Amino acid sequence: MFYREVGQFKTNYSSDSQVFPILQDKIGILAMLIVAFVFVPMFGSEFFLNSIMIPFLIFTLATIGLNILVGYTGQLSLGTGAFMGVGAYSCYKLATIFPDVNIIIMVLLSGFFSAGVGILFGLPSLRIKGFYLLVSTLAAQFFLEWCFIRVEWLYNYNDSGAIDSLQRSAFGYIVSGGAASSVAQYFVVLSIVVVMTWVASNIIRGRIGRSWMMIRDMDIAAELMGVRPLYAKLSAFAVSSFYCGVAGALMVFFWLGSAEVESFDINHSFLFLFMAIIGGLGSLMGCYMGAAFIWILPIIIRALPDALGLDINAATVEHINFMMIGAMIIFFLIVEPHGLARLWQIAKEKLRTWPFPYS
Amino acid sequence: MDILYNILIDPFVQMGSAPDFFLQVLWSGFVAGTLYSLIALGFVLIFKASGVFNFAQGIMVVFAALTLVGLYQAGVPAWAALFLTVGAMFVLAWLVERIVLRNLVNQEEIILFMATIGLNYFLIGFGEYVFGGEPKSMIAAERGLPTGSTTFEPFDGILIIEHLDVAAVIMAIILVTALAVFFNKTRIGRALRAVADDHQAALSVGISLNQIWVIVWFAAGIVALATGIMWGAKSDVSFALQIVALKALPVLIIGGFTSIPGAIIGGLVIGFGEKLFEIYWGGLLGSGVEGWFAYVIALIFLLFRPHGLFGEKIIERI
Repeated sequence: MFYREVGQFKTNYSSDSQVFPILQDKIGILAMLIVAFVFVPMFGSEFFLNSIMIPFLIFTLATIGLNILVGYTGQLSLGTGAFMGVGAYSCYKLATIFPDVNIIIMVLLSGFFSAGVGILFGLPSLRIKGFYLLVSTLAAQFFLEWCFIRVEWLYNYNDSGAIDSLQRSAFGYIVSGGAASSVAQYFVVLSIVVVMTWVASNIIRGRIGRSWMMIRDMDIAAELMGVRPLYAKLSAFAVSSFYCGVAGALMVFFWLGSAEVESFDINHSFLFLFMAIIGGLGSLMGCYMGAAFIWILPIIIRALPDALGLDINAATVEHINFMMIGAMIIFFLIVEPHGLARLWQIAKEKLRTWPFPYS
Repeated sequence: MDILYNILIDPFVQMGSAPDFFLQVLWSGFVAGTLYSLIALGFVLIFKASGVFNFAQGIMVVFAALTLVGLYQAGVPAWAALFLTVGAMFVLAWLVERIVLRNLVNQEEIILFMATIGLNYFLIGFGEYVFGGEPKSMIAAERGLPTGSTTFEPFDGILIIEHLDVAAVIMAIILVTALAVFFNKTRIGRALRAVADDHQAALSVGISLNQIWVIVWFAAGIVALATGIMWGAKSDVSFALQIVALKALPVLIIGGFTSIPGAIIGGLVIGFGEKLFEIYWGGLLGSGVEGWFAYVIALIFLLFRPHGLFGEKIIERI
């Protein structure tokens, strides 16, 4: 009744191919942005910002990176954690070498290092496919993890082997380090994630993104039609790693404050893969939903026993958490292999014809 | 020049000057290789029969070993614990078929792969919930596994061979032979090969896919149990084993996903390569190269043979 495109006529091509062709969608996105930019920082508590919103946004960004590779280009990857690590460590090095430069520029620059490493480990994808490609990304994962421990230059030879968030400012505000307020950090993270999502959606709609999807659907046919696999696959690896790298840099400087190699291990690579699958492969909306689901559900499960007054020890809750996530993944794959994003799409279709589904 | 000397000449000089130590390294590589092969064997069984890349094989190893140890600690005699564990693996296989595979028939490979990752997580949580997260020691002596070691003295040096390792190798050989006979000589084995070849054709001649899947997952469970016992006897039974299980991936890559001999040869290549590189070349890079070297070997193999040594060539058509 309220959600339909009746009467919204398209009179030229550009209006036909916009991101949100329907007026109601535009209003919805605007409302969400207002909530995210105004209401959340206004009313959100320190805990809400620091433990829920900031990690949720950062994980979303990493999931978008992974989804570009797995969902849009069809190249299976288990190296997300390591690519995030490359971003984080290079941001740390950049921030120590150039202390006076705006930290946001450094975060974005560190994405390029990650992209370079991504291209390097993406090279085997030109020759091998499918599960065989997993070994290339796993090689990246374990080799880079090893580098983060062995190459002491990366963490400035300090004894702990950890990289700490340095106090840096952007536009006159302290945004990273211990003295930064979580509202400032939230704004930085939110802005970067929103802008990068918008960029991603345009890359995907454009020529490059369409060539990725052709490679995904059938690489030989795509090649015959003039898509060059070399460029398509490597650009997907580059863009994907760029996103992961920026997410990794954000994670250290705007959320964790200090990170060791454990923050970039294989379990994190799996976590992002789950987010991408549960959200829906090949959907940007799905990245947000998947990240929210996987990140917020465990928080709720952990808080539930206290809220209900049950006395369950923390370890048991953690185990139940694991079981829930595993069961959820299987459940979603059975019920809807295309993830939450697909459910959302079905709901929108239903809404479009409601209350007269047969009209 | 110094670096070149260190890479190209020095390791071989070391090997020549201490042949007993070299043999020791080779032996440990051989043992590690057989254990990798065992894990890889579980993967291959399932991949052959259902086209599922079973990521949960690693956790099935841990789960089987934990069940065995957990039952023993709960007071069940060792022989009964073994039977009960085999029973548990059957129940697991049946449940996986009933709940997961049956509902995912005809889905893409990647979806099935994800489902096994979900299974992996579920089993981690379930295993820790039931048996606790702390490492347990395998009941090696009660299982009748030898624990001593024999010392040889070749080339005026010493070579220590642990009986446990010998047992592991013998067990691997028995298991592989049994599987080979099972696959090639029995009625069920023929059905399994038929399913591996073509699902639809197998269905049309009256082979029950569901039944085959249960059998295959059960066989993989038995392999997992054997692997779990041997790994567990060498180190503790803990969830850290599943990282070791990831090593099966390069093993599979070298051998090819569908070949049982490939799994064995791949395991040995990885086992030898890893140990030799770690001991003789690892020092140049700092220690810990064992963690990633296997993947690099696999990558090098892949560049020359994209389907592994023994894998079937996939012919792609538009």
